[in-house]
Amino acid sequence: MHSEFLMGNEAIALGALAAGVNLAAGYPGTPSTEILETIAKRGAADVHVEWSINEKAGLEVAAGAAYSGARALVTMKQVGLNVAADPLMSLEYIGVKGGMVIVVADDPGPISSQTEQDTRTFGMFSKVPVFDPSTVAEAYEMVQEAFAFSEKYHTPVFLRPTTRIDHAYEAIEVKDEAEYEQKEREGFVKDASKWVIFPKLSVRSHAAIEARNAELSKVFSDYPRNKILSGAGQQGSLRKGIASHGVSSMYTRDNLAQDNHLPVLHIATPFPFPEELAVKFLEGLDEVLCIEELDPVIERALLMVCGKYHLPTIIRGKLTGDIQTVGENTVESVGKAIDAFLGQSRPEEKAEAVPPLPVRPPVLCAGCPHRASFLAVKEAMRGQKTIYCGDIGCYTLGNAAPLDMCDTCLCMGAGINIAQGVYHMDPQTKCFAFVGDSTFFAAGITGTVNAFYNQADMTLVVLDNSTTAMTGHQPHPGTGKTIRGEVVEAVSIEKVLRAIGLSVVETVNPLDHAEAVATVKRVASEPGVKAIIFKSPCVVLAKPAARSKVEAEKCIGCQKCIRSLGCPALVLQEGKAFIDETLCTGCTLCESICPVGAIAGGEKL
Amino acid sequence: MSTDIILCGVGGQGTILASKLIAAAAMKKGIPVKTAETIGMAQRGGSVFSHLRLGAGEGSPLIGKKRADLIIAFEPAEAVRQMPFLKEGGSVVVSSRPILPVSAMIGDATYEVESIMAYLRDKVDRLTVVDSDAAARELGSMKVLNVVLLGAAVRSGALGLSEQDILAAIHERVPARFHELNEKALAFAR
Ligand code: SF4
Ligand code: SF4
Repeated sequence: MHSEFLMGNEAIALGALAAGVNLAAGYPGTPSTEILETIAKRGAADVHVEWSINEKAGLEVAAGAAYSGARALVTMKQVGLNVAADPLMSLEYIGVKGGMVIVVADDPGPISSQTEQDTRTFGMFSKVPVFDPSTVAEAYEMVQEAFAFSEKYHTPVFLRPTTRIDHAYEAIEVKDEAEYEQKEREGFVKDASKWVIFPKLSVRSHAAIEARNAELSKVFSDYPRNKILSGAGQQGSLRKGIASHGVSSMYTRDNLAQDNHLPVLHIATPFPFPEELAVKFLEGLDEVLCIEELDPVIERALLMVCGKYHLPTIIRGKLTGDIQTVGENTVESVGKAIDAFLGQSRPEEKAEAVPPLPVRPPVLCAGCPHRASFLAVKEAMRGQKTIYCGDIGCYTLGNAAPLDMCDTCLCMGAGINIAQGVYHMDPQTKCFAFVGDSTFFAAGITGTVNAFYNQADMTLVVLDNSTTAMTGHQPHPGTGKTIRGEVVEAVSIEKVLRAIGLSVVETVNPLDHAEAVATVKRVASEPGVKAIIFKSPCVVLAKPAARSKVEAEKCIGCQKCIRSLGCPALVLQEGKAFIDETLCTGCTLCESICPVGAIAGGEKL
Repeated sequence: MSTDIILCGVGGQGTILASKLIAAAAMKKGIPVKTAETIGMAQRGGSVFSHLRLGAGEGSPLIGKKRADLIIAFEPAEAVRQMPFLKEGGSVVVSSRPILPVSAMIGDATYEVESIMAYLRDKVDRLTVVDSDAAARELGSMKVLNVVLLGAAVRSGALGLSEQDILAAIHERVPARFHELNEKALAFAR
C-alpha cells in the first residue's frame, strides 16, 4: 500500500485495476470521463481499454468480456445510461460470468448535463444492484467489492458516484501493483440455454432475479458500508434520526455537532435496500429525516419498510417538502434542513446589497472554429426562414449571443432527426442540423440514414474539430488514434456520408470565411439530404503561428467585430477594438469581418 | 487545525494548478487535504472555483457558507460571487484586473469594477489587492498570475503555509524551465 492524492475517478480506476479488471470500455461524459483515461494511463498493457463509439457499444463490449469470465468495467454519465438501457435491461436477465461493474456518474445540479436523473432509480427499474460511494476513499474500496459481488451473484452491478465524488480529490491509501488481484479467465463457453435470450429463458431469469434481490437485501443488511452511526437518540421530546447516503452523508456530518445525539442510517446500497438494517434503525424512532440528492430513493424505501412492518415512524424528506426536490445538496442546504427538523432556527440571513455581478456563462473559446462555422451559415442564410438544430458538445454554446445559432438541443444525435421532423411539417423552412465529429459517430449516422431514406430535405453540418473537445479531447474513430495513443486507420466522415447515399458532401475550412459562406449557399440550395463538413482543429490542439492585431488608426470603432463574433479575445478599449494577445489564436475570422480592414496579421498553424 | 480555502476565477486562468500547488504543499507537511473543483463545460470563460479543505478529516469536500478562512480570487467579480462563503473576519486575496465576459462586451450585461472593489474594501477586513497589471508588466506574463496570488496569500498569513512550502510544490509540479519565473512570481510585491 502507498498513499496518493487522487481524484475520485482516478480512485475508481485504480480500484478496478486492483480488482484485476481485464477490459474497460465507455464513452466520455462529464463527470465520468477520467476513469477510462486513468486506466489507459496506469493499467498494464494487457488490460483492454477503449473509447467505444457510444454507451450501448461500450456496455455490449464489456458484456462479451464478462461472458468470457473476465472482469469488465464500463463507464458513462447518467444520460449515457439511457443509450445503454436497451442492452442493460436484457443483460440483467442473461447475467454474467466474470464480474461486471457499470460505473454511471450522476450529476446533481446538474452541473454539466441535460438531466438530473438518478441511477439509483434506474437500478430499481432494471433490477441491477447499486453501490453508492460517499467519499473518494470509499469509492476506491467499493469498486473492488462491487466486482466480487457481481461475480458471486452473476449480475452486472452499478457503481454510482456523483460529481462531488468523481471530481473531489483526497489523499488515500492504494494498493501497489504487486498486490493487484490476478484473474484467470476461461474464455467463452458455448451454452445456448444460457447466453441466448428467449422468452422462456426470460421468465426463468426474472424469477431468479427477484429471488436473488430478496437475498441481496439480507446480505446488504450485513454489508459493513451500510451502517447505523449511533447517537443517543434523544433530542427534545421526540426520538429523531437521519438517513443519508453519498456525499450528503458528509454534509450531514459537517453539520452535526461533536456531541451529536442523532443516530444516522448510512445507505451504501440503495438497491436492493438493506431492509433488516433499516428496521433495526427505525425501531424506537419517532421521526426520520432522509437527506438525499436527486430522487427520494431512501425515503420511499423507508416508507415501504414502515408500512410492511407496521412501524409508526414518520418519514420526512423530499416527499414531505423537508428537503429540496431538485438541485445539488450543499453543506448549507443540509444544515438548514437539519435545523428545521430539530426545531432549531438559525439566525435569519438578511439579503445583502451586492453590486451587480456580470453573468459569466461558458463561451466558445477565442479562435474556436465552431464560431467561424456558425458565422458562415448565418451569413449565407441571412433573410431566409431557417431552423438550426443543435446537438450535444462544445457547439451547443453557439446558442449564446451574439451568434444565437442553436434553436434546439435534446440529446446526442437528436438534432438530425428533429430537423427532419420540422422539414416534414414545414417544407419552406431551410433545416440545418449541426453535429460534432464525435457525436456523429456516437449517434449521428443512424439519423442521417433516416433522413436519406425518408426523403427529408435538410443540410447536415458536421463540425469536425478532430477531437471530443467538451469532455477534454478524447480521440474517436475519425481521429485515427485510440485511447492509448496507438495510431489506427481513421474512419472518414465524408466516405461514411457518401456510402449512405449523399451525393453532395463538401469539406471546407470554416476559417476561410468567403469560401465557407459560398459553400453553404451552394450546398444548401441542393435538394434532399446534403452535408457540409467544416474541418478545422480545436484551438486547444493547434498553436497560433501569428496573432491578429487591430491597427488603431484604421479602426473606426464600429464594434462590428465585437458584436457579431463574441470572441473573448476582442475587447473594446477607449472606443476602439483591441485584441488580447494572450487569448487570440490568429484564426483571422475578425479580419474578414471588419468593414475597413483594420485587423490583420493573424495566422493559424 | 484546519483551513478552508476557496480559489475562484474565470476558466483558463490557472485556478486548478494553484489549488494543486496548495494541496501538494500541505500534503508534504502531513496535513490531510480534500478538494472539489469545477471542471467540464464551465472550463472555458465561465466562472470556476475550487474548494480546498486542509485538515478537514472526515468532512465533505465542499465548504459551507460563512466557513471559508481564505478566498483567493483571480478576478474581482468572482471574489464577490464567493463572498457568502467567507467567514467573519476571513481573508481575501484578489487580483485587481477585471475580465469582462462576452455578455458585457456586447452590451447584454454590465460590469462596474469600481463598485465591486468598493464592496470588497468595505466588507473584508483582511483584504489584499494584487496589482496584476503591474505583475504582468514586471514578470512579462499573465500566465503566472496564479503563483503571484499564492505569494500574496502566503504573506497574508491566512494560508498557513510558507513560501518555502509553496516553492517546494512548484519544483515538484512545474517543469524546470519555468522555475525562475515562478520564483519571481511568488516573490512579487514582497
Ligand atoms: S483572430 Fe480575431 S476572432 Fe480569431 S481569435 Fe483572434 S481576435 Fe478572436
Ligand atoms: S470591425 Fe474593424 S473598425 Fe469596427 S471596431 Fe472592429 S476593428 Fe474597429
